[in-house]
Amino acid sequence: MATIMYREALGQALAEEMARDPNVFLMGEEVGVYNGAYKVSKGLLDQFGPKRVMDTPITELGFAGLGVGAAMLGLRPVIEFMTFNFSILAMDQVFNSAAKVLYMSGGQFRCPIVFRGPTGAALQLSAQHSQALESTYGHFPGLKICTPGTPADAKGLLKAAIRDNDPVIVMEGELLYSLKGEVPDDEDFIVPLGVADVKREGAHVSIITHGKMIHVALQAAAQLAKGGVDAEVIDLRSLRPLDVEAILRSVHKTNRAVYLEEGWPFVGIGAQIVDIIQDEAFDYLDAPVLRVTQLDIPMPYSKNLEKATKPSAERVVDACRRVLYLKD
Amino acid sequence: MAKTESGASARARARTPNGRESRLDGYDRAQLHVLLREMLVGRRFEEKTAEAYAIGKIGGFCHLYIGQEAVAIGAISALRAEDYVITAYREHVQALAKGITPRAVMAELYGRADGCSHGRGGSMHLYSAEHNFLGGWGIVGGQIPLATGVGWAIKYRGQDRVCICFMGEAAVNQGAFHESLNMAALWKLPVVFIVENNWFGMGTAWDRASALLDIAKKGGSYEMPSAVADGMDVLEMRAVVGDAVNRARADGTPTLIEAKCYRYMGHSMSDPVSGVYRTKEEVESHKTRDPIRAFIEQLREAGLLTEDELQPMDEAVRAEVDDAVAFAEASPEPSPDTLYDHVYVDTNVNGRLFFDARGRGPAAG
Amino acid sequence: MATKVHMEALSPTMEEGQLVRWLKQEGDAVSEGDILAEIETDKATMELVARGAGVLRNITLKEGGTAKVGDVIAVIAKPGEDVVSASAGAAAERKVAAASATGAAAASAGSAVATAPAPPAAPRVPAVSAAAGAPAAAKATDGDGRVKASPLAKRLASEAGIALSSVAGSGPGGRIVKADIEAAAKAAPAAQAPAVRAPAVAAVRVEGPDSEVIPHSQIRKTIAKRLATSIGPIPTFYLTIDVDMTRLVAAREQVNRRLEATGGGKASINDFILKAVAIALSRHPEVNASWGDAAITRYHRVHVGVAVAIEDGLITPVVRDADRKGIAEIAAEVRELAGRAREKKLKPEEYTGATFSVSNLGMFGIDEFTAIINPPEAGILAVGQVTDRVVAVNGQPVVRPRMRMTMSCDHRVIDGATGAKFLQTLRDYLEEPVMMLA
Repeated sequence: MATIMYREALGQALAEEMARDPNVFLMGEEVGVYNGAYKVSKGLLDQFGPKRVMDTPITELGFAGLGVGAAMLGLRPVIEFMTFNFSILAMDQVFNSAAKVLYMSGGQFRCPIVFRGPTGAALQLSAQHSQALESTYGHFPGLKICTPGTPADAKGLLKAAIRDNDPVIVMEGELLYSLKGEVPDDEDFIVPLGVADVKREGAHVSIITHGKMIHVALQAAAQLAKGGVDAEVIDLRSLRPLDVEAILRSVHKTNRAVYLEEGWPFVGIGAQIVDIIQDEAFDYLDAPVLRVTQLDIPMPYSKNLEKATKPSAERVVDACRRVLYLKD
Repeated sequence: MAKTESGASARARARTPNGRESRLDGYDRAQLHVLLREMLVGRRFEEKTAEAYAIGKIGGFCHLYIGQEAVAIGAISALRAEDYVITAYREHVQALAKGITPRAVMAELYGRADGCSHGRGGSMHLYSAEHNFLGGWGIVGGQIPLATGVGWAIKYRGQDRVCICFMGEAAVNQGAFHESLNMAALWKLPVVFIVENNWFGMGTAWDRASALLDIAKKGGSYEMPSAVADGMDVLEMRAVVGDAVNRARADGTPTLIEAKCYRYMGHSMSDPVSGVYRTKEEVESHKTRDPIRAFIEQLREAGLLTEDELQPMDEAVRAEVDDAVAFAEASPEPSPDTLYDHVYVDTNVNGRLFFDARGRGPAAG
Repeated sequence: MATKVHMEALSPTMEEGQLVRWLKQEGDAVSEGDILAEIETDKATMELVARGAGVLRNITLKEGGTAKVGDVIAVIAKPGEDVVSASAGAAAERKVAAASATGAAAASAGSAVATAPAPPAAPRVPAVSAAAGAPAAAKATDGDGRVKASPLAKRLASEAGIALSSVAGSGPGGRIVKADIEAAAKAAPAAQAPAVRAPAVAAVRVEGPDSEVIPHSQIRKTIAKRLATSIGPIPTFYLTIDVDMTRLVAAREQVNRRLEATGGGKASINDFILKAVAIALSRHPEVNASWGDAAITRYHRVHVGVAVAIEDGLITPVVRDADRKGIAEIAAEVRELAGRAREKKLKPEEYTGATFSVSNLGMFGIDEFTAIINPPEAGILAVGQVTDRVVAVNGQPVVRPRMRMTMSCDHRVIDGATGAKFLQTLRDYLEEPVMMLA
């Protein structure tokens, strides 16, 4: 075990997988000489050389498609989007090529590619640089998605994603890169896709969430504990495939749930989770499932406005108390 | 089908009735007959496809290649079997030229299980890993970045293979074209970009769509070698593409080729042949330059083809195409049991992958 | 080779076309690309073009006639070439197309028929009705009489036999929530209005010789649900003891002689067992308990459930405070409860609230069995028949009346040693009844 930063955990994952499999290569803006916009790929160019750590022009659609073409021939590209906001330019290649080539070709051409980068808001980056796109990517069959929120999960999930034979979207977080945490040293430490994690056991209410919001959930749980409410925090870690059993197990136990996400409310990830709960755990619900999300507006710049727009621990506590009938 | 070797170019040339130089030297009779036969297969196949579409056997979008046969056959004859072809959606003849059988292509058009994409793709999405035919892409320009990826993989592995990327002239104005050619030139990716300029992007003539008409000039934007070829002349296509292929194989240098050609049918089966954006007379006048007829006359003039050779060749080709139709008719429809196959490679995973009724399955609470 | 002339889709939405005029006649030579006929479509009059060369023959569509897209209407062939098969093929094509269309229809009709004999679902019997004469209307019903309750509250109420209409809801808009049902269950002995149960539906006879389908009665559904809930999640283990009933049999005779003399009803062996169990439970409170989400509840009073077989199943009326009642009282109460149980006249508070249950199949000749725990209880005792058996006493074989009992224990509440100690006490009471006084 070592205590390292989230960005270092990702860097280790990349280095280990690239050493293990010569077909794995990293491509993106500033990944090489610059050592990575967020220093995730620090040192990789020196270690593996420019064939395997490739700086690109600013040409998201182009290099996303390049990655897919290379994957069709059996290479295992890791394509970095400096942020997922910029991936919007590449969506034709992710949705129309990567997600569909296996199906359209009747199984002849695989696409074992990873698209990774930070998603969601940081601090005062304004509307175009603060978007959480999990539900956009989650919508398309043919893609897999994971959202690590801790250094250990980041390393384990990125390794799993690289080894997966399907296109996997790994959605990290700018505000997570400096987060420290314990990470196993074992080179075969994998966090499999489709397995959620109980970040905090509890009995009274299930706070279900993913990605960087797990830390907001844990803050909310700490506040609730002061008032005698024992909250359970479920970190989905993987959105597709989704650990439905973990969600249902928790709701069976607590009879009430709150979904927390940093994206917008309409057709967000929480909307899908609520659908599953109301459909498959109906008789266990003592209250409606509530959601805490970003306000339904583009992200503003001013510090106070941004704070009001993002989900907060207070809003999570509030929602939990409401489903417990502790407040109107 | 046997591929001709890269032809030498500078020897004595005969003149064709169209006034263009002939490149017959360097080919023997058998090789030339192969080229002619492949073009005939392409033509008869597309005519049969039109008929099948008209009586409802083929559905959806169907883009015919009639008039452009020389481009595909000429270009692909310059490749080895291990080279790659990737293209857009006007692809039936390109698929045939790369080696996919008429049976497999027709069955795919019919949406049957024995189609080359097992009924999943249809006219716009023909694939064959066995023949290194990489599809079959429906978004204009979508295949171009993929081609750079193919070039990247070839270079990554240190191979001397080449990838041909076909596109229409309208794709040249897509952002993906620009991004891809820049990367291919910057990194020396062994891709031959062939623009089939048939002058019309659906209903829009090229001069209404593009500020710069001379496509070959665009290569200069990327310091990429370029060339122009008469897309109605199979041997010229063969020679020009052959040079580009050699260049790519030698040191990875890509080339941009504009093949000037003409399509006789509408953009697709839903598009009128004439009357909306071009006149019937215009279409008819281009038919005088039919690439197959021109090649036949060229060979006859040079004493390399007799009527006794042509008639049976055409009959055999028609029989082959009829056989493909019969095969397609007899092929079964894909089973609905296979609906969820090939969405993912790894389905034996933890957690739920599908969120419809199938995904809900026994996990129902 | 002959070329079939089809009616073609000359517009994207065309389904059939009318032949206005043939421009070539049978016997005319045609070349590829010649116009054969004018066709009236849904949009306009269009030209039908020849796709082959030869002689136009076997025209099957007259001017003014209509054909569907795909139908063969003529043939182009070499003079003298056999076209019968081509046209026959055409007719066959049409027939095959028609046949497969009807075949498909027949297949789907067939499958519809195949599913028809499935029995109609049993009509849903409402678990609770807003009974006529219900007590003061609860806030939980809104204007049109609908009860607002969370799905969990509804399920809990149903399991506890509590009428929702008698519960006041503390949630928003008067919604009944889990806490309200839990509170109501604790106050259960203060009688609630009984739920009016609709009579069970009569069995439905179904076509088909080999089986009979009997829709579930409410009681069967409840038994199934409760016991399935038990056997799944409860980690259960079993303890068996073999008891010498000599002294108990004698004690019973003595008691019954006295009871008969005073005009009371007789006590059964099971009544003595109930009494012994109740006293043993009062001495072993860790067995008189329930597993809950957050805690184990130990009951300070002993209410023993007695399993009674009734017409379509089983019910467990409860003898409350059985440890404080005399044998005669227990016997009378069990007799009365069992009688009303068989007539389905028990009130909910009479079959809920047990802290432990006893099930006796001795009267059916069963030597030994394991019973399924009734949640939320932590244990149940399965009692077999009293029968003479040969046992060793001081190394010698003797014949004694013996009885076997098996206790099913919820391991979350009762562990092996605890259960064993309880059974030791119980055996002591049964083998030496006077010890119940100690």
